[in-house]
Amino acid sequence: PGDTSVLAGLYGPAEAKVSKELPDRAALEVLLRPKVGLPGVLERSREQLLRQTCEAVLLGALHPRTAISLVLQVLSDAGSVSFPAGLLDAGLPLAALFCGVTCALQPDGTILLDPTARQEQEARAVLTFAIASSDRKVLMATTKGSCSVEEMQQCLAAAQRAASTIFQFYRDSVRRRYSKC
Amino acid sequence: LSICFRTVEPLEYYRRFLKENCRPDGRELGEFRTTTVNIGKCLCSITTADGSALVKLGNTTVICGIKAELAAPAVDSANKGYIVPNVELPSLCAERFRSGPPGEEAQAASQFIADVIENSQMIVKEDLCIANGKLAWVLYCDIICLDYDGNLLDASVFALLAALKNVQLPLVTINEETGLSEVNLKQKSPLIIRKHPVASSFAVFDDTLLIVDPTAEEEDLATGTVTIVTDEEGRLCSVHKPGGSPLTGAKLQDCVTRAITRHKEVKKLIDKVIKSITPK
Repeated sequence: PGDTSVLAGLYGPAEAKVSKELPDRAALEVLLRPKVGLPGVLERSREQLLRQTCEAVLLGALHPRTAISLVLQVLSDAGSVSFPAGLLDAGLPLAALFCGVTCALQPDGTILLDPTARQEQEARAVLTFAIASSDRKVLMATTKGSCSVEEMQQCLAAAQRAASTIFQFYRDSVRRRYSKC
Repeated sequence: LSICFRTVEPLEYYRRFLKENCRPDGRELGEFRTTTVNIGKCLCSITTADGSALVKLGNTTVICGIKAELAAPAVDSANKGYIVPNVELPSLCAERFRSGPPGEEAQAASQFIADVIENSQMIVKEDLCIANGKLAWVLYCDIICLDYDGNLLDASVFALLAALKNVQLPLVTINEETGLSEVNLKQKSPLIIRKHPVASSFAVFDDTLLIVDPTAEEEDLATGTVTIVTDEEGRLCSVHKPGGSPLTGAKLQDCVTRAITRHKEVKKLIDKVIKSITPK
């Protein structure tokens, strides 16, 4: 969305290395490559966020002792990121779809959804949520900057509303993809 | 018999306790473990650091050492100093950590601490600047876990806060004629700490139950974790929920309320300890 583009490649379920395989479910690995430079500490923490979010929705128990690799290449970074359409396309069994929504809190208190990089910098706080499609619950949350508790609740409510629009977009894209073939 | 059951079916063992609203170590679901903190050179024993603190949260032991050094500020932010946190999980703290380059957990924790410092504006980088464009302080914050029994993030944030309160920076002046800096070790002033963020971590079980301050065993069995960082005004500095089972907004709100209460407890503890070591 906006100016951000991320290329996602998904490999698996494939055979896992003995050191990495888990006996009861699939082992998920996420690799995030930034646009410039080598992956650093920031990428590692984002990878951990994504991996744990995916593990929650992926029905890994259907594919034990396998490895699923998700490789993300940032092509241009201009703000919020959401990508699970890639997971759906690969046909992996998912318990629920999820989408990422970012809200920026302006200094005067208004809430901006899906901000650009400039808006993010000027904002008092930026909150990113991953909302599940099944029941609009919060799968993942990170914040940057500080905000009051009421503001967080407001952003969460706004994010949940926006999630419905995004899920509709998923449905449309998938319908388009599969109606051709 | 109960030890065998615990090893073979840890989740069931836990569920039995959770049904009675308590945990194997006797705590309530909303109770934190006993927290102790040692600050400063006499009690904490890092004599080479400018500020240090040792925090014990139950069995989890974290030590934080702060070293202050001088450096030239970056070109694009000439009036800002640097704060560099680094969290280390050496192999001595738990058998799951191997020696070698920092693993994902250590790196994610380091990033989390950096974010907390930045978000809460605990230390404003402009305060660390001595001379615009020429000289600024760099604070290296090394947080090392000595014993890992769950809830690393809470203990690390607490240790960092306690150590920073203990730092005394010497006065540095720049000699106008020679352009060199002169460090006056006799005149020391404490660091300006604007906000006091405190982290509270929760573990989610079976998508519904929330327990506070998980031990390592509870973290392994949990289906998700949430960490909330609040400051003294009740504002949220960070909501960190890295995936895991989905939570409703109401549950998140419960966590926040508990975190705010915890903040008051921790603040009282730190103030008490600082008062006890300040020389009269």
